[in-house]
Amino acid sequence: MNFKRLTKKTEFYIAVIILAFCLLVQVRSGQFFTGNNIVDLLRSMTIPMMFCVGEMMVLISGGVDCSFPAIASLSMYFVCTKMDGMFDNPLPYFLVAMLLGLCMGAVNGFIVAKFKFPAMIVTLGTSSLFLGIMQGILGSSEYPLTSGLYSLGSTKLLTAVNAKSGLTSDLPVHFAFMIILVILAWLLMNKTMLGRAIYAVGGDEVAAARAGFHVFGTRMFIFCLSGALAGFIGVCRSSMLLTVSPNNMIGMEMDVIAACVLGGVSLIGGRGGIVGAVLGTALMTIVSNSLILLGVSTQWSRVFTGLIIIVGTAVSAIQEQQRKKKLFVTISDKAEVKG
Amino acid sequence: MNKGKSSIDMRMFTRDANFIRLFIVFIAVFIICTALKGTQFLNLGNFQSMMKQFPEYGLLAVAISLALLIGGIDLSAVYIANLSAIIAGKFLLSMAGADTADGTVHVMIFASFGVAVLVGAAAGGLNGYLISGFGIPAMLATLGTQSLFWGLGVVITGGSSMSGFPKPLASMINKSIGAVPVTVILFIAASLLAGLVVSRMVLGRQMKMYGTNNKATTYAGLNNRKLVVTTHVIAGILASLSGIIMWGRYSSCKADNGSSYTMQAILIAVMGGVSPNGGKGNIQGVVLAVLIIQMVSSVLNMFNNIPTACRQIIWGGLLLVVMIFNYVVNNRSKRH
Repeated sequence: MNFKRLTKKTEFYIAVIILAFCLLVQVRSGQFFTGNNIVDLLRSMTIPMMFCVGEMMVLISGGVDCSFPAIASLSMYFVCTKMDGMFDNPLPYFLVAMLLGLCMGAVNGFIVAKFKFPAMIVTLGTSSLFLGIMQGILGSSEYPLTSGLYSLGSTKLLTAVNAKSGLTSDLPVHFAFMIILVILAWLLMNKTMLGRAIYAVGGDEVAAARAGFHVFGTRMFIFCLSGALAGFIGVCRSSMLLTVSPNNMIGMEMDVIAACVLGGVSLIGGRGGIVGAVLGTALMTIVSNSLILLGVSTQWSRVFTGLIIIVGTAVSAIQEQQRKKKLFVTISDKAEVKG
Repeated sequence: MNKGKSSIDMRMFTRDANFIRLFIVFIAVFIICTALKGTQFLNLGNFQSMMKQFPEYGLLAVAISLALLIGGIDLSAVYIANLSAIIAGKFLLSMAGADTADGTVHVMIFASFGVAVLVGAAAGGLNGYLISGFGIPAMLATLGTQSLFWGLGVVITGGSSMSGFPKPLASMINKSIGAVPVTVILFIAASLLAGLVVSRMVLGRQMKMYGTNNKATTYAGLNNRKLVVTTHVIAGILASLSGIIMWGRYSSCKADNGSSYTMQAILIAVMGGVSPNGGKGNIQGVVLAVLIIQMVSSVLNMFNNIPTACRQIIWGGLLLVVMIFNYVVNNRSKRH
């Protein structure tokens, strides 16, 4: 009974696909389940996974945030260049970046919640605005990482060494941040009233308002949170790479949104969860990182990303249609199938 | 019956009000530009270079407007443009070598334009089918195809830019009839056709109805699937025309040419009065918005101390300001 319920979930299918894909790569190359490869995968998963946590919450609340790479880049760049060498402790950098991110998120949240514009168009606009400020006014260029963050960035959780070639792969401390973030997000979404409010607002705004949830406040909160998280992640990214490269997060939004939707987070809002988002990100990262092991040229990686998005979203869209079909077995049945 | 007629009249009025407002902005921007830069703005050379610049993104803006009109969006338009130019370029290179006769080259260039349009139509059709056939939200479907078309472009070109096309290609696209470049004529013709479809034809009315409420159009007996596919095929063809223009103008093609045009095209569409929620808008507004954006962009170019990246601030800020302005004005007219 319990297993039967499990098989109906999107998360289950994604997990099965991940497993199958890993086995395929292992059979083809014999290099998937090696310490180096696993550590490298976990490392490259860290940043997208953190972004995914924020994006998942925005999506569940019925919005979408395309501006988080811009927020992350701008706040990270501002903090790393304007506060260079001011502190030895990494904490102030994170705090200021989060504060900046929060302000930018508040701009998004206010416009979306107040005027009820499509969140995607608003955040595309603010994204252009923030990137313009970074590239035009601050004049973005490569910059050495400040010493306060450098020590944090070079802290390792563990190191995998290849016995034959002696190549090492490090797992940075940021991986632990990511795990903590995922757990916090799970607690927020599943164990608090605020989490309920986010689901309720995303599911049906009017119903949520009638039930006593503060719709404007919830939307505002979710965009502020997403912004603050983006600021935090931006600093994580630069300290992980041990250099300040302002332009290398641009364009991540699409992959992250796709990963969330792949993991069963509804783009219309109200449905989905952290487990799905995590699995979706894992799948996207594993596929794009394993193409080389499969002997596919890296030129094809974008094609594969596109195909994953299309197939993944098509599957969840068809599932949604079938669910609706079950709900409306009466007169509207035929119309629902058509629409 | 009488009541229905008066509500249509009201709509005509509000539509005109939006256009009049845009026209006033157009005049104001023109005056401000002239005041700021004087003869540097107000001369034939500047107007000619402006006319060479706007058709490529203007066509993309019209394409995205159509997608917005049915309540969706097309994030893949720029990459449809590039992919169709790349495939057409591949076709042309294989058909016309250095030793091909002049006449044949001309025929082959036109044939490759045909190939580009076919690719655009097919790509748009794929978008439309994914949206209406599988029920994928337009944003995600076109996000996926954006990645797909981009990727295919990278695979075909090997990641670099493709060049070495026969000379007549560039001279054909860059030709002017009198003072008017061919590309502008193409833009006018294409947007005139799109405008007629949207404002005067049954298809356009159905598109707007679908954009307002697609459940209602289902119950009204419209074929939603066909409608969405048709709209996206038209958008794809418009995008491929833009691809042809970019291809000829630079006489090279690349998988990620003009990637900043997506944002700019959405801005133009919204500024032109196309509702981001779908169901409202017309093409004449979009054309006027294209001209406004081109004037602003040209004047910004004349200030040497403004970095090009600052333009992003202006486009992003303008998009938000225009949206909020339209919201306030529409709310006020609703209250009356």
